Amino acid sequence: MPETPGEPILNMSIFGAFVVLTLFITFRASRNNKSAADYYAAGRSFTGTQNGTAIAGDYLSAASFLGIAGAIAVYGYDGFLYSIGFLVAWLVALLLVAELLRNTGRFTMADVLSFRMRQGPVRIAAATSTLVVSIFYLLAQMAGAGGLVALLLGVEGAFAESAVVIVVGGLMIAYVLIGGMRGTTWVQIVKATLLIAGTIIMAVLVLAQFNFNLSSLLGAGAEAGSTLDPGAQYGLNGTTKLDFISLSLALVLGTAGLPHVLMRFYTVPTAKDARKSVVWAIWLIGGFYLMSLVLGYGAGALVGPETILASPGGVNSAAPLLAFELGGTILLGIISAVAFATILAVVAGLTITASASFAHDIYATVLKKGARTETSEREEVRVARITAVVIGSVAILLGILVLRAGLNIAFLVALAFAIAASANLPTILYTLFWKRFTTQGAVWSIYGGLVICVGLIIFSPVVSGAETSVFPTVDFAWFPLRNPGIVSIPAAFLLGYLGSVLTKEKPNEAKYAELEVRSLTGAGAEAAIRH
Amino acid sequence: MHQEVPVTQLTRREISQQDYERIHTSTEFAELRKRFRGFAFPMTVVFLVWYLLYVLMSAYATGFMSTKVLGNINVGLIFGLLQFLSTFVITAMYVRHSNKNTDPLADDLREQLEGKTPDESGTTEKGTTRA
Repeated sequence: MPETPGEPILNMSIFGAFVVLTLFITFRASRNNKSAADYYAAGRSFTGTQNGTAIAGDYLSAASFLGIAGAIAVYGYDGFLYSIGFLVAWLVALLLVAELLRNTGRFTMADVLSFRMRQGPVRIAAATSTLVVSIFYLLAQMAGAGGLVALLLGVEGAFAESAVVIVVGGLMIAYVLIGGMRGTTWVQIVKATLLIAGTIIMAVLVLAQFNFNLSSLLGAGAEAGSTLDPGAQYGLNGTTKLDFISLSLALVLGTAGLPHVLMRFYTVPTAKDARKSVVWAIWLIGGFYLMSLVLGYGAGALVGPETILASPGGVNSAAPLLAFELGGTILLGIISAVAFATILAVVAGLTITASASFAHDIYATVLKKGARTETSEREEVRVARITAVVIGSVAILLGILVLRAGLNIAFLVALAFAIAASANLPTILYTLFWKRFTTQGAVWSIYGGLVICVGLIIFSPVVSGAETSVFPTVDFAWFPLRNPGIVSIPAAFLLGYLGSVLTKEKPNEAKYAELEVRSLTGAGAEAAIRH
Repeated sequence: MHQEVPVTQLTRREISQQDYERIHTSTEFAELRKRFRGFAFPMTVVFLVWYLLYVLMSAYATGFMSTKVLGNINVGLIFGLLQFLSTFVITAMYVRHSNKNTDPLADDLREQLEGKTPDESGTTEKGTTRA
């Protein structure tokens, strides 16, 4: 096996073709971008099926495509557990959040969280956690993009990897600036289609090598070292087992608190379409993860865990290496392009979410006191565009730093999930379902969840005290778990409760009545814009 | 056609705070809330417990989970695939429940609040969501 399999020029031209195609679509889509509802929510004009595909595109990030296939190839069964957490999590979104959120909000998560509260403090808190979650998620994707390059394009060294991060960041800013949510959504749809098609082709090719017998595929994988038994990664001792449970909690409760996922529900005309989106997304995502099981054990059996770990991209290169094994340079080129498209699309979705939250929640509502006129809307969209450039640039800079530090992609994504589950989910659920929830409860829960979650990570072995830490030479880790979910999520729920009980502030019952009626019936919901 | 017309201004009237509170205290709304929560809350408990059982057994009952059942396919893998199956089944059940039990009530209450809206208020096909 050559150091860098495949033809860098072929890889780059397939990737270039995707960029040209999506930029063209983005330009066409941008012709209808006029109001804030166009820019943030694509005029609420996507169908449930389209949006469901876009959700799958948003959700199946580099961590899902490259990370899970690699984790299964190297750790076997324990890698499979990730995909189950990522999928089951959608039931929380479907049953408790998607439709109610679509019925009550306009553009951002904070619209719903601040509905029955004092606007200022709750919006600032929600926008802060949106920015933190989005930045962590962005970093993971940027690091993934840079790290892949070594393997796929045959360039190595800090300069070349930084150049790739800059190109990815620049493209993402272009998609968001030109296309707004409408353009970004089309990029997600194209990407999801390519990703799922590529995965189906690879899964069929793998199964064909084993006469479509799952048991012999698993047997071959196990023989090569991708174990079928639980415990390879997390079974070492009591602490790693507890860590695994903590991670599982963060995964299952994180999805329904991810701001870029929540914002997608506003791009459809009604709550029924939001439901249809999630249903469609669950089928696509579930099907994808079932195939990634085949890809993971296939990579274990046909490429081998040692070869994967020894390659330039490490554990994340399992899927591309498998593509090379199955279909030579052409399939490798296609799969590499799909991987880049994946990163690009997710990054664009995150950027628009973070910029919308700043412009809509902090600039328009808090700084401008929420005056709603046509000029103020145009001004708000202008601020959102500027913010997108700023966030894009920050992500580029931090992405380069993260690459230098060699931070693990899967860790950063799991961290974003843990923060979302701690800072956002408790307040979302209390807001929708608990009559006595107050502004103080919301603020305690959001900031408390955020600070506890990020704080515990800083004092965990992820940051210091172990060979794999960011700072291996110093040791200030007193918290033993790598994922803080098992502590920070219950703590945030408790803080939301205590904050509401320990205040003289009366819950706004009239607003809660309005919220309940609107969330369940859809009365007064923001309608689609027809052009 | 590039004229921008929010549907709200054409067909809907403003809903007052009193309207919301009147609906909120109606028996029809209480029934809607009961039907929504009656499905969503217990089902959330069911799938979370089912998921945590799987996670706990993968961490602490590794011997049992490694038992081979069919060729190389072991209990853990079957348990994992059942998580996929249960997710798909609960999704389909929820869609069925909403179409049958909550949507008609919700539509009726919304019409009471907004006045009769013309049928094109949604841009996608009306009626049932398919699982």
